[in-house]
Amino acid sequence: MKNLTLNNQLLKKSQSLIALFILCLLIAILSDKFLSTANLWNVLRQISVNVCIAVGMTLVVLMAGIDLSVGSVLALSGAICAGLIKFGIAFESMDLFVGFTVLGGILAAMLVGGLLGLFNGWVITRFVVPPFVATLAMLTIARGLTMLYTKGIPISNLGPGLEYIGSGWLIGIPVPVWISMFVVLIFVFISKRTAFGRYIYAIGGNEKAAFLSGININRIKLAVYGLAGMLAGVGGVLVTARLNSAQPNAGMTYELDAIAAVVIGGTSLSGGVGSVTGTVIGAAIIGVLNNGLVLLDVSPFWQQVAKGIVILFAVIIDKMNRNEA
Amino acid sequence: MLLEARNISKSFPGVKALSAVSLGFHSGKVNAILGENGAGKSTLLKILTGEYPSYEGSIYLDNQPVRFATVREAQNAGIVIIHQELNLIPQLTVAENLFLGRELNTVLGIMDTVKMNRQTQEVLEKIKLDIPPQTRVRSLKVGEQQLVEIAKALLADASVILMDEPTSALSDTEIENLHRIIRELKDEGKTIVYISHKMDELFRIADHYTVLRDGIMVGAGKMVDTTEHELIRLMVGREVKILPKEAALKQGKVVFQVADLSLQHPYDRNRMVLRDISFALHKGEILGVFGLMGAGRTELLETLFGLHPARSSYRLHIEGKDCYFKSPQAAIRHGLAFATEDRKSEGLILGMDIAENIGLPTVMQSSVLHPAKEKKIARSYVERLMIKTPSVSQLCRNLSGGNQQKVVLAKWLSTQPRILMMDEPTRGIDIKAKQELYELMKNLASTGMSILLVSSEIPEILTLSDRILVMSEGRITGYFTADEADEDKLLKAALPA
Repeated sequence: MKNLTLNNQLLKKSQSLIALFILCLLIAILSDKFLSTANLWNVLRQISVNVCIAVGMTLVVLMAGIDLSVGSVLALSGAICAGLIKFGIAFESMDLFVGFTVLGGILAAMLVGGLLGLFNGWVITRFVVPPFVATLAMLTIARGLTMLYTKGIPISNLGPGLEYIGSGWLIGIPVPVWISMFVVLIFVFISKRTAFGRYIYAIGGNEKAAFLSGININRIKLAVYGLAGMLAGVGGVLVTARLNSAQPNAGMTYELDAIAAVVIGGTSLSGGVGSVTGTVIGAAIIGVLNNGLVLLDVSPFWQQVAKGIVILFAVIIDKMNRNEA
Repeated sequence: MLLEARNISKSFPGVKALSAVSLGFHSGKVNAILGENGAGKSTLLKILTGEYPSYEGSIYLDNQPVRFATVREAQNAGIVIIHQELNLIPQLTVAENLFLGRELNTVLGIMDTVKMNRQTQEVLEKIKLDIPPQTRVRSLKVGEQQLVEIAKALLADASVILMDEPTSALSDTEIENLHRIIRELKDEGKTIVYISHKMDELFRIADHYTVLRDGIMVGAGKMVDTTEHELIRLMVGREVKILPKEAALKQGKVVFQVADLSLQHPYDRNRMVLRDISFALHKGEILGVFGLMGAGRTELLETLFGLHPARSSYRLHIEGKDCYFKSPQAAIRHGLAFATEDRKSEGLILGMDIAENIGLPTVMQSSVLHPAKEKKIARSYVERLMIKTPSVSQLCRNLSGGNQQKVVLAKWLSTQPRILMMDEPTRGIDIKAKQELYELMKNLASTGMSILLVSSEIPEILTLSDRILVMSEGRITGYFTADEADEDKLLKAALPA
């Protein structure tokens, strides 16, 4: 009896992995190009941006929150990264020019993303604004700031350093894949093995009980929204580096892809249940699906329909599991 | 006899909410149901009104067996409930609310507003509520909204009207008005079921009573044949045997002293929920706090735990140091622990396992988790508190009420508190787990921990306490040592003046 329930739980936990496996199998049968090494690296490289922002989104959703601003924050931090690397900052009155290395640009992008995220968190905790509304506002604000900063024109030709981050290889693995793997490892550790991660789950599970246990709810929320913004900054660097250009309309609707990955990966929108690894699988499912449909020459419009159906399937199955329990 | 319940039982995971309750509601009478929190009143109401379709036993309406699968079915049979939180839509008009879900249409399929307003007018006149049917509900006073609910029930042709604490938010004149209408309905032969904690009100309006305690019917009869004292005695109970008390401990030094504590009402700053509360807690003592519902017991513990910093004022010395807590963190840091009354919504994170819940307040001491160590600590508490579970990885959701309560206790013991505050620690748990918790509390006190025990069960208070405070209407109205306290004295002090 006990073994049975344990197996059941194991089955439920790995069901998105099984779904990914079946999906890969199906596409591999239908297209011989799918399993080629070049294509698989391509898939991983394509999902790396979504993985980064979806990991941050996972933490937010685990706390029963939502962050709609990540797409715009990604665009703004990407643009600032590009702008700083290309033009630096000139303080004319002091006759001072500050140039930025690639690393400097990347750190600045993460800083900008993190600050915007902290601002989200501040609005949400200080004024008790629902996360949906607070981050919806930031979605427009950050997009507007991006337009202002770039004057609506892409910032291009950012040099070989940044290009390497977008398209280079390191020990046989694409650099963006390295970066997203690194992000995943850090946040799996944070969510599962630190007190901070435990608090995120506790707040999502029962905020009142967490508060009464002496957890500083507001501080945790602030930090989580800050991290989600920072990861959007990382995503901004990856997008900019990949195109070797910062587009003013980069990252549009990326927040929806991130939420889709979180949901498909089994994290409950009501909080407390889910995992970063689940989200990675969710992002992989979306990526493989997109890739497979392209390989099979299906119209991009159908790709959107297919993604929607997968999301529905994922939440319905999740709901049925929960009712059973 | 119009509505009758025979042998109704209902269980939830880990707790039996009702066991074999049989009772009848007389038509043309006001039938009162009494009981403390968790006695099973709301479960009973939800069964009678179709909200809980699965239960054991049977319900008879005019001697015909009935079984309601939905609230709608119960309504169609003429049974309507008026909830404590009113179920009106504030933005709609009175008439729109009254006809919600059963709007009248003209032959063209368009809403017949004129007819609906006219019928609303008729019903309103009947209950002497002098407002136009087009009034928006949000502009009405609570008392008027209550009457609109009654109008709604009348319009639905209800023969049984259940009222859950109808007067909790009403002024005296509004209560008078409500009672006048209830009497009229009664004279028309309607069956009224009336739930209230206000004794004086029940003696004015009710004809029959039924008392529930721990899911069992413990008494029923006519109001004229009983007294306030008797009813409260039935509600708070005496069936748990009072254990012989060991010789009182030698009184330790004062560890915790609070003076002039007061707490404002959350919405009305001029009203006080707590006033002039001062007491001391000695090392190794159990101080019982007794009071009826609404006496302010829970609010007292909450205030001491730093939950109402903006509304409270007090002077507090802990082992000689001045303290004022603005958050639970601060209270915990100073050695306080608070096992709340509602373990499901406030005490535990049900989706987390035993080890994770126990670790919650202490996990902050290290930034990286040590699962093996955490499990080991949890296991030691499972053993010490005799928590029945296959492993510490069991989700708290799957534990019985008694074991959940022990996990809450383990969670707080892991912070090694000097002062343990417990709010109704044995509510809704079985006798055996109760006795085990009693033993535990006594053992903790004997190791030097000071316990502030809030309970509405007199036997529990008398069994455990070294000293007893009695609260009523936000004040301390009685103080007894274990030797001088008895049931009568506690009840007398607890009754509102």
